[in-house]
Amino acid sequence: MELHDIPSLPRGVRLHFDKVRENWVLLAPERAVTLDPVGHAILQEVDGTRSFGEITAALADKYNAPEDQIRDDSAGFLGALRTRRFLDVRP
Amino acid sequence: MDQEIDTNTWARVFREAADLGVLQLHLSGGEPATRRDLVELVKAARDAELYTNLITSGIGLTQKRLESLDEAGLDHVQLSLQGTTPELADEIGGYSGGFQRKMQVAEWIGEVGFPLTLNVVLHRRNLHQIPCALEIAQEIGARRIEIATVQFHGWALANRDALMPTREQAQEAIKIVNRARKELKGTLVIDFVPADYHDQLPKRCMGGWGTTGLNIAPDGQVLPCHAAQTIPHLTFDTVRDKHLAEIWYDGPAFNAYRGDHWMPDTCKSCDRKEIDFGGCRCQAMALTGDPNATDPVCAKSPHHAAVKEQALAHSAHGDDVPLTYREAPGKRADAAE
Repeated sequence: MELHDIPSLPRGVRLHFDKVRENWVLLAPERAVTLDPVGHAILQEVDGTRSFGEITAALADKYNAPEDQIRDDSAGFLGALRTRRFLDVRP
Repeated sequence: MDQEIDTNTWARVFREAADLGVLQLHLSGGEPATRRDLVELVKAARDAELYTNLITSGIGLTQKRLESLDEAGLDHVQLSLQGTTPELADEIGGYSGGFQRKMQVAEWIGEVGFPLTLNVVLHRRNLHQIPCALEIAQEIGARRIEIATVQFHGWALANRDALMPTREQAQEAIKIVNRARKELKGTLVIDFVPADYHDQLPKRCMGGWGTTGLNIAPDGQVLPCHAAQTIPHLTFDTVRDKHLAEIWYDGPAFNAYRGDHWMPDTCKSCDRKEIDFGGCRCQAMALTGDPNATDPVCAKSPHHAAVKEQALAHSAHGDDVPLTYREAPGKRADAAE
């Protein structure tokens, strides 16, 4: 994923708090993905307007973590969602 | 008890399901579009915070109805296709003109913007059409395609001579799917259910009996899997007189094959028992007459060799074997999972 790419959740994919299991899940067509706190933190920043670079900078700031590492982690996570068509990306 | 349960009862059951921890609802059938209250059902499901998926043949859906479903909050549509050329699709579906109609419905689904999964059921007579199915999926903008080799329950069991794929076909299908997965990565997600009579390991049926999902029949009976009624000794509770959680945790049908207490020694001592849970109970019933037996698709089953032979015999028939149709295709509605 490039810094200027803008990720967004496509229609039919949404964050949901699972009250019974007390964790966040990503609901998608006929699938539910359990999110760990890192995955949830990343997806919370995905708003369809900000770029990958802006999102990872915000996360680095918020969690006081090295931006490079945040970028690597986020690119891996978002890339996997993209492969499954749970994430749209526009340049 | 043949009467279908009403809108309010479904709405209550959806809330009970959500409280129980169910995340996704599949409105299936039969054909859910035959329910006049489909839009209300979708709204009730979304009010209960369930992810709501409509599994449909497309017949009975109009543009206007799809727009109403959109307003009600429907999340996703799965459209089923039976054979990719009009002639074959209509012969298998038993409904003339069905294919053209489906393609029209697919276009409307695209216009509304629902995410779409195309479901294609494969068997000996249309396995060669996988490439064509992949093309159609892309043409209609599907994000995902489910390519399922027919599983032999119910209607398909009666038509094994006409539908059983050959071993060569089954192997070829796996190759085509693997190639397409690479080529279409990021464009089209491919879920594939291979031909299991030709396999050595049984499937993890329903993700494990009573562990992952449940089915509610139109009359309110709660089933651990859609074919569970083929197992004669099971009794099923109904949402008409019990809370769904009580049925899930304490219902005799759910507990019959949960865990390993029911397993024959072959399964109990097997290191895959928590991977495939001994395979499919309904298939064990259909092929050995004993629902507690090891799924005969498993190489460890004493019935395995006989099932292999049977599969070969079924698959060796010509394509002129007549099909037996269900009595009233598309006349049953609404199962939730």
